[in-house]
Amino acid sequence: MTPDTDVIVEQITLVIDGFEVTVPKGTLVIRAAEKLGIQIPRFCDHPLLDPVGACRQCLVDIEINGRAFPKPQASCTIPVEPGMIVKTQLTSPVADKAQKGVMELLLANHPLDCPVCDKGGECPLQNQAMSNGNPEMRLDGVKRTFEKPVAISSSVLLDRERCVLCARCTRFSDQIASDPFITLNERGALQQVGIYEEDPFKSYFSGNTVQICPVGALTGTSYRFRARPFDLVSTPSACEHCASGCDLRTDVRRGKTLRRLAGDDAEVNEEWNCDKGRWAFKYVTATDRLTVPQIRNENGALVTASWPEAISAAAAGLSRGAAVLVGGRTTYEDAYGYSKFARVALGTNDIDFRSRISSDEERGFLAARVVNNTTTYRDIDKADHVLLVGFEPEEESPIVFLRINKQFKKRALKVTSIGSKESIAVEKLSANFVCVQPGQEAAAVATQELTDKSVILVGERAAESAGLLSAAAALAERTGAKLAWIPRRAGERGALAAGAIGNLLPGGRPVADAAARVDIASLWNVDSLPSEIGRSADQIVSDVNDGKISALLVGGVDPLDGPNPDTTVAALKKAFVVSLEIANSEVTKYADVILPVAAITEKSGSFLNWEGRARAFETAVDSLNRSDLRILSMIADEMGHSISLGTVANAAKELATIGNWDGTTVATPNVSVASAHSVFGEQAVLTSWRRLLDLGTLQKGEENLAGTARRTVAVISPKRAAALGAVDGDLLKISNGNGWVMLSALVENIHDDAVWAPRNSAGSQLLANLGVAHNSVVTVVKA
Amino acid sequence: MTKLAPVLSAHWDETDSFTIEAYKRHGGYTASAKALAMDPDAVIQLVKDSGLRGRGGAGFPTGMKWGFIPQGDNKDHYLVVNADESEPGTCKDTPLLMANPHVLIEGCIIAAHAIRAKHAFIYIRGEVTHVVRRMNQAIEDAYAAGYLGNGVELVLHVGAGAYICGEETALLDSLEGFRGQPRLRPPFPAIAGLYARPTVVNNVESIASVPAIVANGAEWYQSMGTEKSKGTTLYSLSGHVVNPGQFEAPLGITLREILELSGGMRKGHKLKFWTPGGSSTPLFTDEHLDVPLDYEGVAGAGSMLGTKALQIFDETTCVVRAVLRWTEFYKHESCGKCTPCREGTWWLVQILRDLEDGKGSEADLAKLLDLCDNIMGRSFCALGDGATSPITSSIKYFREEYIAHVTNGACPFDPIASTLFEGADAK
Repeated sequence: MTPDTDVIVEQITLVIDGFEVTVPKGTLVIRAAEKLGIQIPRFCDHPLLDPVGACRQCLVDIEINGRAFPKPQASCTIPVEPGMIVKTQLTSPVADKAQKGVMELLLANHPLDCPVCDKGGECPLQNQAMSNGNPEMRLDGVKRTFEKPVAISSSVLLDRERCVLCARCTRFSDQIASDPFITLNERGALQQVGIYEEDPFKSYFSGNTVQICPVGALTGTSYRFRARPFDLVSTPSACEHCASGCDLRTDVRRGKTLRRLAGDDAEVNEEWNCDKGRWAFKYVTATDRLTVPQIRNENGALVTASWPEAISAAAAGLSRGAAVLVGGRTTYEDAYGYSKFARVALGTNDIDFRSRISSDEERGFLAARVVNNTTTYRDIDKADHVLLVGFEPEEESPIVFLRINKQFKKRALKVTSIGSKESIAVEKLSANFVCVQPGQEAAAVATQELTDKSVILVGERAAESAGLLSAAAALAERTGAKLAWIPRRAGERGALAAGAIGNLLPGGRPVADAAARVDIASLWNVDSLPSEIGRSADQIVSDVNDGKISALLVGGVDPLDGPNPDTTVAALKKAFVVSLEIANSEVTKYADVILPVAAITEKSGSFLNWEGRARAFETAVDSLNRSDLRILSMIADEMGHSISLGTVANAAKELATIGNWDGTTVATPNVSVASAHSVFGEQAVLTSWRRLLDLGTLQKGEENLAGTARRTVAVISPKRAAALGAVDGDLLKISNGNGWVMLSALVENIHDDAVWAPRNSAGSQLLANLGVAHNSVVTVVKA
Repeated sequence: MTKLAPVLSAHWDETDSFTIEAYKRHGGYTASAKALAMDPDAVIQLVKDSGLRGRGGAGFPTGMKWGFIPQGDNKDHYLVVNADESEPGTCKDTPLLMANPHVLIEGCIIAAHAIRAKHAFIYIRGEVTHVVRRMNQAIEDAYAAGYLGNGVELVLHVGAGAYICGEETALLDSLEGFRGQPRLRPPFPAIAGLYARPTVVNNVESIASVPAIVANGAEWYQSMGTEKSKGTTLYSLSGHVVNPGQFEAPLGITLREILELSGGMRKGHKLKFWTPGGSSTPLFTDEHLDVPLDYEGVAGAGSMLGTKALQIFDETTCVVRAVLRWTEFYKHESCGKCTPCREGTWWLVQILRDLEDGKGSEADLAKLLDLCDNIMGRSFCALGDGATSPITSSIKYFREEYIAHVTNGACPFDPIASTLFEGADAK
């Protein structure tokens, strides 16, 4: 465990099994022993959970300044003290017998089904029974039996016979996730993990309980009985789902990803991840996966083509002058490929990774305040106050939520959230909720009182309210608070750093700055770079529709993510489109050349998480698919403007030489806030966010995971509910000129002028259904 | 010859002893008036000087426990009375509260004043609904009379039937609305107890002893009992005796004396084994009739004074059967938190049942003792320790009887002979 503060802690020296060891005050005996390489067996102990001392497996003999404890003590609950002499199972026959006795009792009621148990082969009970158990079992009576498995959610199954009642799962859910939906109930040998029947284990973090279960009591529905641990090939990975930047491990059996586990990175995700990162990976093998290039023929039909054909068709089409739309999910290296391709091969700065609602204010903000931002998780650990702006950490960057929650649990960290609807996370963090009309967040931001130890976390949705990003930057300026921008997608920070945006070159170099252009031009070995600031994604789409741009290079974009999906689709229909994709999509439908690319697990690379920290990963699954930058390199060669990025390693090496811009940064935008909407009667201002578990493309094929998604509801205030005569569960119709959605009402703490609905959940795909998602007037009636 | 010394039980034979009028008739609520006029620290000192020790089993000096509460910390303090009397054989608090609930209330007023608590809680065993009703009435009467509600609020909380809730930290969890399971210590209740505030948890009898100490002085209390075990206490006599019941005597009285005072063993039978302090204290036999029943005397003879629950068994009783019954109780009452107690009691019952049925072997005795060694001192709280006491002590004194079960292939005893109604028809 890493210390959360820089305070120097008193060191304490003690003796364990005859060896002196010095550790910080407060260290538990079991951990001090680890430092010496002495492994005391344990089940309930977990370094990130509060000690409980329940399993009694870690008993050792302890003596303090000559006074011995009369009986063995649980080393997982006792902090070290000066003058302590500890004798573990290695030197104390009493401790050894105590441990073997406990192990025998743990095994007495445990089924001998290791050969069919998911945990068999990587099971702490199995391993420690071998290392610290008796070779023979003396208890041959009747074992306790239970019906099994019991689904405690659609994702997690419980086998009560295997459970050793260590309470790791229940403590995790309560202490770390603040989702106490599972608990121990009954007593004695019939004690068991249970849920409240009407309230299953619908936690976004439930998968961690499966991972930390020291036996096979909790298993993942999707993985159960699929593999033996020793048949799996494990690869260190990084999560592609959000910008939290979790370290992961991808386990592959015979070329197929079977599971992903949270990796151990004390600086980032500690040992946790969210259920999406753990269980959403089947999209890679979904049936609509592209495998061969296709070209649209003279009859308008897509036909299979050879790679040389497709590359030359793409090169020919793009040579007419093209812009680049690259989604926020590419790797840092691929984004660099797009960025270099746009400048070198296409001779344009018309590139934008923001395939979502964005603004020019945001682009200026990213260039001025984000691209070289150094705020980290550690700043949250040390913060005196965290301000959330346009950001729902639990839904949009779950590990950021866990980190804030950790400090909230530990020292009641003060949290303020500015928004229009109180979220579950706001409740869990006992946050001060500043309720404003959607679009009016900036005024509330401006009046916040922070210090230089405070942290402002701004979400990507801040771009949806004019003036909000300007206000957040001004607040940081005024108070000295740290400012960080946390996008939802894993690739956005990397794409920004790689210059996959119209106003920046790689390393945060302003396009408008001649010296910056010279820097990059010399690195790229070209005479000059285009000097005109590129178009934004919105501008590119409208200029295609206006006939000003004739071709588009599109990689990993979903038109339904952006504002006005209809205009984006119109542009895709109109332009010559080269689409780099892993699977058939709304873009490939209209593309002229489709080039299949490797999915995340099939290539190496890295993401920059919201901190800007590189999260590198290796190829986990062998495939014939190529990374985006390899294909871009081929097209560039064909066009006669080589970008020389044959491999990910090449790109990474080149990126490493670039370094951050140390010249003048662009000025922070100063956009003023728009006036509030006047709403009357049935009118309301729409607001929304994406839930962690929803209809996102990367969650395709994960039905078990989808079963733990939060219910789709339309949230209105008690005042509006009274005016509509609506109660919880009544159907509400939210509509505007573009369409409508019909949702079950939930009366909660939300601004009286506002209505909230999930942005992309079953029955509520706001951008597709209404064409808007936030800060827009809609009509709400009882259906 | 030690005599009975009724202090707590002085007026139990009066038909209205439980009423506030009767209590006041005998000087009730004068001690609290006297204590409230005293400095709290002086009250603590008085109780310290009296030598009163906890009557719930462990025998910790009551005044010292009160003194552990940090003073002037600007935190709320709480007094919690443990009335969750559930130890097999123990029946002192229940009759005390039936016969004289006001002595506990007055004790609470004094103790709360001493530890600077504004709130006191009585956690009472849920099964004893008659006592709950009587206690509620008494509390109501004490409020009406103004003894409560003027500085001290008293809440009666009814447990839901778990032996473990007699363990003080499990009791606190239960009182807070959680499932009763013992808490990790430290922090001890004196620092972070109920609602994480400094808390004193005392047994009913301990608190009920306080008014008399305040009224009559520490010296008076010290004059009774033995060197390190002062005062009088309630011994609960049950089993194969002529007159079971509560006998209040100075600490240090022997079982022989109590049997003589109470009328002895049932006619025609002789003592075989007994518990000095309830089922979780190691058994004694007729060798121990003259052991002084105070904290040191019983401990010196290899057991514990515990709750002074004297369960008496005569020669008709199968010790294996008795021990099996107790072990079944512990298996049923194990909270499940820690492995040794949870799993251990489950397996102890299976081995003991086989032995009682004559299906065991001599090797099972070694296994039983080894299992007990792996439970005793390895469990989270004392419940697991207590579960092993009857087993290890009975094998110590009655090994031959266990082996007789093995060689016989069945229990050599007639269970009917040990019933209290055996022979009743013949009379």
